[in-house]
Amino acid sequence: MNLSMKWLADYVDIGPVSPREFSEAMTMSGSKVEGYEQEGSEIKNVLVGRVEEIVRHPDSDHMFICQVNVGKPELIQIVTGAQNVHQGDYVPVAMDDSWLPGGKHIRCGKLRGEESNGMLCSLAELGLTAHDFPYAQEDGIFILQEPDMQLGEDIRTAIGLNDTCVEFEITSNRPDCLSVTGLAREAAATFDKPLNLPAPQVEHTVDDIRNHLSVEVQAPDLCLRYTARMVKNIKIAPSPRWMRERLRASGVRPINNIVDITNYVMLEYGQPMHAFDHKYVEGGKIVVRNAKAGETIVTLDGVERQLTPDMLVIADAVKPSAVAGVMGGEYSGIMDDTNMVIFESACFNGPSVRVTAKKLGMRTESSSRFEKQLDPAITIPAVERACQLVELLGAGEVVGGMIDVDNADHTPRRIPLEPDWINQFLGIQVPVEEMRRILTKLECKFDGDDVLPPSFRGDLEHKADIAEEIARFYGYNRIPSTAIRGVADGRYTPKQQFEQLANQVLLAQGLYEVATYSFISPKYYDKIRLPQGDWHRNCVTILNPLGEDTSVMRTTTVPSMLEVLSRNYNNRNKSAALYEIGCVYLPVEGQELPDERQKVTIGMYGEGYDFFSLKGIVETLLEQMRVEGVEYTAASDLPTYHPGRCARLTVGDTELGIIAEVHPAVCENYQIGTRAYVAYLDLPTLFAHVAPEKGYRPLPKFPPVSRDLALLCDEELPVAAMEKAIRNAVGGTLETLALFDVYRGAQVAQGKKSVAFSLTMRAADRTLTDEEADAAIQRALQALAALGAQLRS
Amino acid sequence: MIHDLQNIKEQAAEALSKAADSKTLEALRVKYLGKKGELTAILKQMGKLSAEERPKVGQLANEVRAGIEQMIEERSAAIKQAVLDARLQAERVDVTMPGKAAPIGKAHPLTKVLDEVKEIFLGMGFSISEGPEVETDYYNFEALNIPKNHPARDTQDTFYISDNVLLRTQTSPVQVRTMEKQKPPIRVISPGRVYRSDAVDATHSPLFHQIEGLVVDKGVTMADLKGTLELFVKRLYGDESVVRFRPHHFPFTEPSAELDVQCFACHGEGCRLCKGEGWIEVLGCGMVHPKVLSICGIDPEVYSGFAFGIGLERIVMRRYNIDDLRLFYENDLRFLDQF
Repeated sequence: MNLSMKWLADYVDIGPVSPREFSEAMTMSGSKVEGYEQEGSEIKNVLVGRVEEIVRHPDSDHMFICQVNVGKPELIQIVTGAQNVHQGDYVPVAMDDSWLPGGKHIRCGKLRGEESNGMLCSLAELGLTAHDFPYAQEDGIFILQEPDMQLGEDIRTAIGLNDTCVEFEITSNRPDCLSVTGLAREAAATFDKPLNLPAPQVEHTVDDIRNHLSVEVQAPDLCLRYTARMVKNIKIAPSPRWMRERLRASGVRPINNIVDITNYVMLEYGQPMHAFDHKYVEGGKIVVRNAKAGETIVTLDGVERQLTPDMLVIADAVKPSAVAGVMGGEYSGIMDDTNMVIFESACFNGPSVRVTAKKLGMRTESSSRFEKQLDPAITIPAVERACQLVELLGAGEVVGGMIDVDNADHTPRRIPLEPDWINQFLGIQVPVEEMRRILTKLECKFDGDDVLPPSFRGDLEHKADIAEEIARFYGYNRIPSTAIRGVADGRYTPKQQFEQLANQVLLAQGLYEVATYSFISPKYYDKIRLPQGDWHRNCVTILNPLGEDTSVMRTTTVPSMLEVLSRNYNNRNKSAALYEIGCVYLPVEGQELPDERQKVTIGMYGEGYDFFSLKGIVETLLEQMRVEGVEYTAASDLPTYHPGRCARLTVGDTELGIIAEVHPAVCENYQIGTRAYVAYLDLPTLFAHVAPEKGYRPLPKFPPVSRDLALLCDEELPVAAMEKAIRNAVGGTLETLALFDVYRGAQVAQGKKSVAFSLTMRAADRTLTDEEADAAIQRALQALAALGAQLRS
Repeated sequence: MIHDLQNIKEQAAEALSKAADSKTLEALRVKYLGKKGELTAILKQMGKLSAEERPKVGQLANEVRAGIEQMIEERSAAIKQAVLDARLQAERVDVTMPGKAAPIGKAHPLTKVLDEVKEIFLGMGFSISEGPEVETDYYNFEALNIPKNHPARDTQDTFYISDNVLLRTQTSPVQVRTMEKQKPPIRVISPGRVYRSDAVDATHSPLFHQIEGLVVDKGVTMADLKGTLELFVKRLYGDESVVRFRPHHFPFTEPSAELDVQCFACHGEGCRLCKGEGWIEVLGCGMVHPKVLSICGIDPEVYSGFAFGIGLERIVMRRYNIDDLRLFYENDLRFLDQF
């Protein structure tokens, strides 16, 4: 909402307040100012002048030398190339050392040898258009036709280019403030000044509206009020300058007197108005009704719109002529030959206008106001104001009478004034008299201890709303700052602590944390080579996505991680080791909302990283998180990963995640030109398997016995199976078991490998004897033999 | 013989003083004190001496031995010291050369600042609660006093999953879920992802983070809201921060406010950083609307509360002077490494 300060001054005199002070005060009382602009602030030293003499330039066939009177004893000489200047014309004169919009600086100089001490200006050079001054020629000097001009007067004063325009951000609960009168009310309350808002009145009328028009409202729930007045013998002409100025300052383009009046009233009262040409209202009848199935209308913008029965239309006896509150039909506008006009000033159901505008995809100034639910009480002052302006502008003759179909409930709301509750709620001590004073200046009435808010304040419903009004005008910044009473125990839940720990362990291992979008493209499932019908492809889909790339909620974090790896790879970062703790969104049969599960996802590429460095990171994570009993099994069935370098992690019967090298084909899909590694773990599963914290174990008092075992076995025998056999066979005295070598090659038969372990054994209560150790090793060898592993000779 | 002994002592002193390493020193020790050494050789001739002379010579011999031993010891210590000095001298490094770093990872800047925010509120007795990102219309809008077709929905362009399910546009639904589960006193924050259908550019992202806050108890006042949030801003931006509360509108709080912090660059004068306003918006807040309390089954005649919502990206961008929101989600290591 752009507010002209000149317009505001019609309704309230706030005194000598700078635009900055005004903005600050209005912002702090609840009408947020986004900024302000002083019209003509870019224009400096441009004066009104009169051309006293004009002769052709001796050296040019298109230039003229003018002697211009700018109210100084001596005439000044200016050379112009314009062809529309005559002796006696009043013109804008940019003097020597003057400034024009766009930072244009004018200095004196010589044009083809003739001295020129300034410049005569066109509309465009002053930042104006023919809409602002319809009488002016656009391609030539702006020949001024303003009344009461003084020679030497600042051009900005002469043409009224000296308004200040303040831009407000009005919240959706205050449609009344989308108007000059509404902001005048707020300004009056803010600066404690009287509001001067007389009811508009028409002096003289002819004829009677009932001779020409009838109105029937068939949908009283959607049309709360329909008020109409008429004007005849219309004389379409440009509006006067003051009206054009104010429209311009409010960001509205002047068109002609009738259209400008409807816009002017909308800006002034916040009531959108429509002017129908009576000639096109068939049967002299307006019917406000729901659209019929299959009905269409061509709107003012020339587009044919399909209407549905939930939409409200303004129709005549035959056809719809406007979509109520949204836009008029093609014949509803004002033409040059318009003779009789119907001013519609109506109040429609807000949500209905909103739905209609949305369905038709045409949000207009009018619909954006109506959808906030306007006050049914302003239809009459608004239409009266329009007629008053018609009279004032001499734009036609106002027809007597008014049609007013009023289905609105005008019973004022009652809200109990509870001063103690308000003071307690806000933490202040404001006397009840002061509260009443504040509410009175906001035009609230009282009935005993009840507040009766004015009709235009539909947002005041509850005592908390009253508290806000008190707070706004008492001053938010005068409310003290206190600490919340009572003690509270602020802490992380065990699950939150667990997540924090996971972050710490991953960071300590040198991984960088990343943050990726939760939505991905369904095509990414192809990129990671998931077959059609894979369960991941069943995902939560966004109906109105920004684009395909962000159209489904991810069921796996792997594509997000691969994308980050790819971006880093292609940005020539040599290596990367990254992680994210983020959700996947898994649809659940028979449940409205999906299961949101947090996943720890790790991704890396680059020198020094391989499958086992990734596995080491995961093992350390598990160890630090006290998740025990995780089993790793080779998985060659997952098309995203290298079939020979992929481990499925399980704990008990639950799948925990994956550690893998990414399949070369997937790397190619992501333009990663090197080996990449990915792991993910299900965080809730990890959390469910945290072992209890262990107590301290005394430091050993007796020495250990060490033995190395070099074993020969089939290539296919997993190390984990051998480790398990050794652990079981040796039993409680086994302190550490470490794999220290795996050898394949010349010394070993084809299809075999040599695997070497180092064991330490120790008893807590005595020195272990060699015999005991040897016996344990024998048991281990027997168990290993059962797996097909023999001691290497 | 006495003369011989003195000779040995002098020769030994002479030779030892020239010994430059431990090997030479050992050779000298053997030469003078060894079983076949010069001193032993003389002592072997003691038998030839008279009974009178013998103790004298014996005493002198012992003195000479002790003297030589001491000299060897001193010389040995000196040589050791010299060897050590030489080694240390040789081992000098250029201490201005760069160190060898052990790898350490870095948290995402959003997490770093979020952790700080969490710590501030934990210190004030807040707990942390969570809620779903895929949410129902009821929790995201209806229960927050934003009915269907309400114009307030326009300010939050919503991604819909179905007529009734959407991606939450704010963390405020967690307020409702918390109040449904937990009876007052309530003091929680709820950080998380929120979604709005904004095309990606330097200042817009379809996904960003908010931190919701909610306090409900008997006798909670707007003054408490101010005190709590002022303290938060001072913890986050420093004690010298100047804060103002400005009336605003949110459907689920009444009165509602926005908290601005005075521009750090111009101190309220207006500059490029604050777009000429002198103030920078930090968060939205207000007293929980009595209607919302009622909807959640909390009696507004008994309890009151306040709520607030902080945009995480915005405070992180200001903190590190980041001018493009997209950097957060691109995750280029050259960016991540700067925090």
